[in-house]
Amino acid sequence: MLPTDSNKALSFKRGIQDGDLVIVYERHDVMKPVKVTKDGVLQNRFGFYKHSDWIGKPLGTKVFSNKGKFVYLLAPTPELWTLVLSHRTQILYIADISFVVMYLEVVPGCVVLESGTGSGSLSTSLARAVAPTGHVYSFDYHEQRAACAREDFEMTGISSLVTVEVRDIQGQGFPEKLSGLADSVFLDLPQPWLAVPSAAKMLKEDGVLCSFSPCIEQVQRTCEVLRSDFIEIRTFEVLLRTYEVKEMKVETVAVIGESQDEEDNGGPRPSKRKHLSNNGDYAVSHDNSSNATSVVMARPCSEARGHTGYLTFARLQCLS
Amino acid sequence: MEQHNKDQVLSENNNNKCQDPNPRFTFEGCNVLLDVNDGDRLVFARLSGGSTLKIGNTKYSLKPLIGAPFGSLFQVETGEDVSFLSRILPVKKEESISNNVIEDSRDNRELIDNNEAQNLTEEEIETMRREGAKGDEIIEALIANSKTFDKKFQLSQEKYKLKKQKKYAPKVLLRRPFARSICEAYFKKYPARIGFLRVDALSLLLTMANVTAYSDVLVVDMVGGLVTGAVAERLGGTGYVCNTFKGNSPPSVDMVKMFNFTDKVIERIVQSSINDLSSAKTVLSPEGGVCNAEININESSTCDIVEDVSVTAEARVVDDVVPVSKVIKAPKAGAKASKEAVEMWKENGFSSLIMAAQDQDPWSLAKDVLPLLSYSAPFAIYHQYLQPLATCMHNLQQEKMAINLQITEPWLREYQVLTSRTHPHMQMSSFGGYVLSGTRISTT
Repeated sequence: MLPTDSNKALSFKRGIQDGDLVIVYERHDVMKPVKVTKDGVLQNRFGFYKHSDWIGKPLGTKVFSNKGKFVYLLAPTPELWTLVLSHRTQILYIADISFVVMYLEVVPGCVVLESGTGSGSLSTSLARAVAPTGHVYSFDYHEQRAACAREDFEMTGISSLVTVEVRDIQGQGFPEKLSGLADSVFLDLPQPWLAVPSAAKMLKEDGVLCSFSPCIEQVQRTCEVLRSDFIEIRTFEVLLRTYEVKEMKVETVAVIGESQDEEDNGGPRPSKRKHLSNNGDYAVSHDNSSNATSVVMARPCSEARGHTGYLTFARLQCLS
Repeated sequence: MEQHNKDQVLSENNNNKCQDPNPRFTFEGCNVLLDVNDGDRLVFARLSGGSTLKIGNTKYSLKPLIGAPFGSLFQVETGEDVSFLSRILPVKKEESISNNVIEDSRDNRELIDNNEAQNLTEEEIETMRREGAKGDEIIEALIANSKTFDKKFQLSQEKYKLKKQKKYAPKVLLRRPFARSICEAYFKKYPARIGFLRVDALSLLLTMANVTAYSDVLVVDMVGGLVTGAVAERLGGTGYVCNTFKGNSPPSVDMVKMFNFTDKVIERIVQSSINDLSSAKTVLSPEGGVCNAEININESSTCDIVEDVSVTAEARVVDDVVPVSKVIKAPKAGAKASKEAVEMWKENGFSSLIMAAQDQDPWSLAKDVLPLLSYSAPFAIYHQYLQPLATCMHNLQQEKMAINLQITEPWLREYQVLTSRTHPHMQMSSFGGYVLSGTRISTT
């Protein structure tokens, strides 16, 4: 997934190979991860697609089913992966992920601790940010979840950058061996305040901590604990509004100003206005003044995620 | 586990620059961000023996900050005849704020706004200062001489103390400039210079364009170098960030200087015109053209750093030592891309694209720039206006150049979290820009 392996990097020339992970793109909301194998077949509502037809083609091209319908094959990125991964837990989405990585000041070479691993959505983006020389240590108390995450990281090719361990961070804290080595720590736990003292021990001075909590009561308790060792404690909520773009034929009245003037001149205003709005359309009554033109217009989508969680950031005090 | 031995101040002799990619201590000549009084003011400064910071009417030397760890706190202290910045270690705050704040029945019913609450006169305070009273002592005296302090609601008392501390004992927090803090500082003070690109929108651009080590990122940066710098920060001295432009002269990427990049990172920041990148075969501009370009860069980069980095008008950071000869020896951010690199991009394509071109029509740029990307490469286009992005998205769809297209607008709200007093901030930024993202596809 990450171009740290130069023969996996994107290129006009590099064709899809046996063993590659690709994202099959039908629509922006219908995508699927597929491991390419010589004898593999993908089946969807458009028919079936033989993997052997894909091998050798560059990524980002159309491939056709036996019925002549096509899908696109894309190179996996952490963003596409977030959209297709199997949800073993509630996951973090792009707005929170982007903000967390930037606010934690994660750059190549950093050591980042994370708990819990969950479905590995954030871990993948953290790995991308610390590559090529840094490392992400991810902890989850759920054994099976940790195992699944390891498998996923193997499949996406980032396992050299992420270590997943089974550990109850709220109960036991982070392992002693990582003490003082972390540039940043990310907590997504039901009772994050229990893990704060251990996180403070792991962080280098001036290192940044982030705690993600859906409820404000969790934030409240976490902030109370943070105040003893941390400075610059700030809590944010970040959301995304998406837009619909459509080309539409709209009727335009060429001389709308003039026509109104004419009407204003005769008769009392209010009744005229009423008449216009009853009519519903300014254009109908006037010959040659109506004109249908195509306009590209945008408006916010009607539904959106209204809340994901609060992000609390804090910086470890510098005492040395 | 690798040992991360970064906790050392490396001071290189050749160009006086720290070559540690993630320094934890300041060094002479390094750029820092100074946070005065808990975010009231953010000031960029270059640390040298002669640089100063003005707080109120007094200039303070920044010399005590050299060699200090990032994250350390300084406070104004009054000495024999001058006041100076001195490092303070934070005292562990006992949880003084009792939880029964709500039960505190004092309120402001008896406060009369007639300016007679304070018994100390301005002259008396000045005398105390001249006699070397510490800021904290002045605050104590002010409280002791306030007729109304005891009548105040507990939280108002805290506010009062904080207000006086900011005036009589200002604090300066030393911060390492990251893309995050640079963007925040500019957004706060000069948002128009960075096209109103808020930090959450910048973070989206980097994410949506899949910026990571060893990638070749094409950027159209007309926001002063903020995007170029943010990309370079994520590349860590691998891959390339190539700034492309229409016409002959590349736009300035001066902001890149604030990141304290090592030479290794700076070498990876290059520029090349759209024409040079698009021409079918090696028809790079003739030698003369190359020279011109380089001269331009030299001129722009030797210009006074101080003007550019000072974020607040009233706080001018004075830097007496401008090491001109050293500047010229060090590699330049934004040198012309080598022929080899251009050839490589023509063959393989760029791995992603970020556009942040103020006052430009995104579609007319995108139609020329998008074909320079590999198939399946993600891109993110920033604009402060919605309509041109909508048109761009529509055209990309019509021409079947890209899929997975989406226009998003980030929304960011900060909260005050305090016992029994948690609520969103009273003021917020209501606009941080729009982002059009998508994936380039093969048209065949």
